[in-house]
Amino acid sequence: MIDPMGSEHRDVAKQRIYPKIWMFCVCMLTWVVFSGLFDPFHLSLGVISSLIVTWAGTDILFPDDQSKPPSVAFSLGFVPYLAWLLYKIILANLHVFRLALAPDVKHRIEPSIIKFKTNLKSDFAKFILANSITLTPGTVTIRIEDNEFVVHAIDSVAAEGLQSEMELRVAKLFGEVP
Amino acid sequence: MIHGIAMGCIALGIVFFFGATVGLLRFPDFYSRVHAAGKGDTLSSMLMLFGLGVLVLEDGHAADILVFIKIMMICVFVFLTSPTTTHALTDAGYAAGVKPWDRGEHE
Amino acid sequence: MRLFLNASGLIMFILMTAILYRVARGPTVIDRIVSANMIGTKTTVLLVIIGSLFSRVEMYVDFALTYALLNFIGSIAAAKFFQHRRLSPEHDEEVL
Repeated sequence: MIDPMGSEHRDVAKQRIYPKIWMFCVCMLTWVVFSGLFDPFHLSLGVISSLIVTWAGTDILFPDDQSKPPSVAFSLGFVPYLAWLLYKIILANLHVFRLALAPDVKHRIEPSIIKFKTNLKSDFAKFILANSITLTPGTVTIRIEDNEFVVHAIDSVAAEGLQSEMELRVAKLFGEVP
Repeated sequence: MIHGIAMGCIALGIVFFFGATVGLLRFPDFYSRVHAAGKGDTLSSMLMLFGLGVLVLEDGHAADILVFIKIMMICVFVFLTSPTTTHALTDAGYAAGVKPWDRGEHE
Repeated sequence: MRLFLNASGLIMFILMTAILYRVARGPTVIDRIVSANMIGTKTTVLLVIIGSLFSRVEMYVDFALTYALLNFIGSIAAAKFFQHRRLSPEHDEEVL
């Protein structure tokens, strides 16, 4: 209230420091897992290299200054989603397995290219949706142009049940309105 | 018990890998082959790596846990990169103008 | 267990050889890259199997991880290369 500019400035500085701390922790964890040595010499080497990577690479991993590190609730929301995705991947594999071993494979498949628009805003949400579409039965994402998805479906059944459920789930995950 | 889980996972992975290979060899056009390659590859690799990771834990040494975490990291890496590679390659094919297979043309 | 690992490694090797048919046959360049990428992912798994057979998993896991990284970067680079190459009209037939 007294110094609005100053507090805003502090907030921006704070927001820029969070990604760096996050990045440093990820680098250090990776170092510890891959080196497997816990003596002070190797740990300090790890701290030095993690600092260099943090200094050089934070802008690449978190390009937006405003982006906050993911909250705990957001990360927890991924667990049921991943379980559901794993179930879908197994279904997709059974689908491919059945198609591949069918004697009349050329009569079973009916490829088509579908375009549809999504209302998801953030790039990360689109990336998750694209990867999910690729891993579920019968569909592969070909490209994303702004908010238009180009999807290849292997048969007509896969083409029908495409966007509804998947997009709802991803939207719910990111707290966006589908 | 541990042997059972590991053998089950590896065997299941080989079965899915077999399906993906047959699909890759039999499907008529590029996009369908990408379906087989992208999906079969991801799940079979993850299952087999998980099985081998469980196998490492068999002896119960503390150092083995680190190896297990490394194998799980390969697992996560495959899970993230395999759909991305599939997507990039399909996009390259689409940009190159590969047409989807049409049953009408071949009968 | 050794027998099982040997057998699964052998089966994987045979299936990878079968995929090699698609690499040789084509018909498009992208087909070859997809198949080669699949062989690469399976090589990662095969390396871990070899490590388990030799009881040196801790060493082979590092190789496997490096191989997975290289395989990913290689496939992405090849995809980007052919995506841009098509933009110049004189290379039309090479991709298809």
